[in-house]
Amino acid sequence: MTTPVLEIERLRKRFGGVIAVDDVSLRLEAGRIYGLIGPNGSGKTTLFNCITGVERRDGGRVRVSGERVDGLRPWEIAQKGVGRTFQVIRVFPELSALENLLVVTRGHLGGARTRALELLRFVKLEGLRDEYAGNLSYGQQKLLEFVRVLMRDPTLILLDEPAAGVNRTLLNDLLDAVRQLRDRGKTILLVEHDMKVVMGLCETVFVLDHGEKIAEGAPGIIQTDERVIEAYFGR
Amino acid sequence: MRTPLLAAYELVGGYGTIDILHGVSLDVGVGEIVSVIGPNGAGKSTAFKTIVGFLRPRSGRVVFDGEEITGLRPDLVLQRGLAYVPQGRLVFPQMTALENLEMGAYTIGEPARVAKALESAYALFPILFERRRQKAGTLSGGEQQMLAIGRALMTTPRLILLDEPSLGLSPKFVTLIFDKLVEMKRAGYTLMLVEQNAARALAVADRAYALELGRNRLEGPGTALLADPEVKRLYLGA
Repeated sequence: MTTPVLEIERLRKRFGGVIAVDDVSLRLEAGRIYGLIGPNGSGKTTLFNCITGVERRDGGRVRVSGERVDGLRPWEIAQKGVGRTFQVIRVFPELSALENLLVVTRGHLGGARTRALELLRFVKLEGLRDEYAGNLSYGQQKLLEFVRVLMRDPTLILLDEPAAGVNRTLLNDLLDAVRQLRDRGKTILLVEHDMKVVMGLCETVFVLDHGEKIAEGAPGIIQTDERVIEAYFGR
Repeated sequence: MRTPLLAAYELVGGYGTIDILHGVSLDVGVGEIVSVIGPNGAGKSTAFKTIVGFLRPRSGRVVFDGEEITGLRPDLVLQRGLAYVPQGRLVFPQMTALENLEMGAYTIGEPARVAKALESAYALFPILFERRRQKAGTLSGGEQQMLAIGRALMTTPRLILLDEPSLGLSPKFVTLIFDKLVEMKRAGYTLMLVEQNAARALAVADRAYALELGRNRLEGPGTALLADPEVKRLYLGA
């Protein structure tokens, strides 16, 4: 059996009396696209934060490519090959699109510049390389943030609501880019509310409700799962 | 034909340059409970914020009781008789329950009217009378929600919009709040609510709207939508 790119075992996180993530276990294989869904407040972003070290977990284990990363600092986890975007975009508005990518460079700037230009081309933003990021449309800023994550060539890419607020054209560019990354062997885990995106893009979907994993499977199975329908629809 | 108490026509708008609503129309008749449901990002809360004046629509109109109120300031909308209970309750935690209720009447200059409104709030929510001297921040989630609704009653509104009244409440309080909404309807109040708990919201609604991605998708009697498999499909994109 191959080593999973991400393996989470019985992860737990509580805020005061609220259990935000309740004994969640997930296993992500290389070269696949996974979705993480669930009603508001079900613990999706908290789980992302625990994986990336932004929040300290209360229990459980996180392994990236077989190596324990729980307890490490966010930048150390990033160095293990985990990249993420945020629900609220965090680009530097007063740096150019190109500079936004160069910010994450370590070492040799020349190589980074070549890579940055390549990535801008990858999401069709090369024409805007010298534009202030703050002048880009919301959707373009999201694409920029997405490729900034790719600058470090992560093996695991976590995307928090990539489709929200992005128009159809840019969204299709983004989805194409995600599929191409998958084809190159990257593993993607995305939190997304737009079910058409989730069900059309992901091979496996995990469902959280009140911090618990209530279902896991292919989109067609998830869409007809009674527990999932109830979680979304109420009872 | 019945004239609606509130009608929103083809609302387009959102936050800054990001449009959330791409043409949402809703109406409520006197004495009805109307529920607005739909998956995340459907524009439910945004529609309410646009109706009560926290957001200005890019286009579309809002008519309340025969008069146009599109883009009118929230306090002026409130003075016309349209009250709003925000999502997350937003009570003033350091003030007592009674002070919170009194804050709800800040636009009303007549003490007699305020006293009468207070009486009807207590009649509907006796627990608020018991807790009147307690700081709102120390109340349970369900009690805070009742306080937020009670605060909205203080202007003796003709229509109350409630944004996610059951959000974050324990199952016991979810049931209690929906029971209270039905009780309010019987007492003559007109209500429109946005809810993530679609099953409950449809069960109490005379009529309901299902929104998806900023547009009207389905509408009809609450019970009809409850039985419609299409509604469930909206949530999971099947």
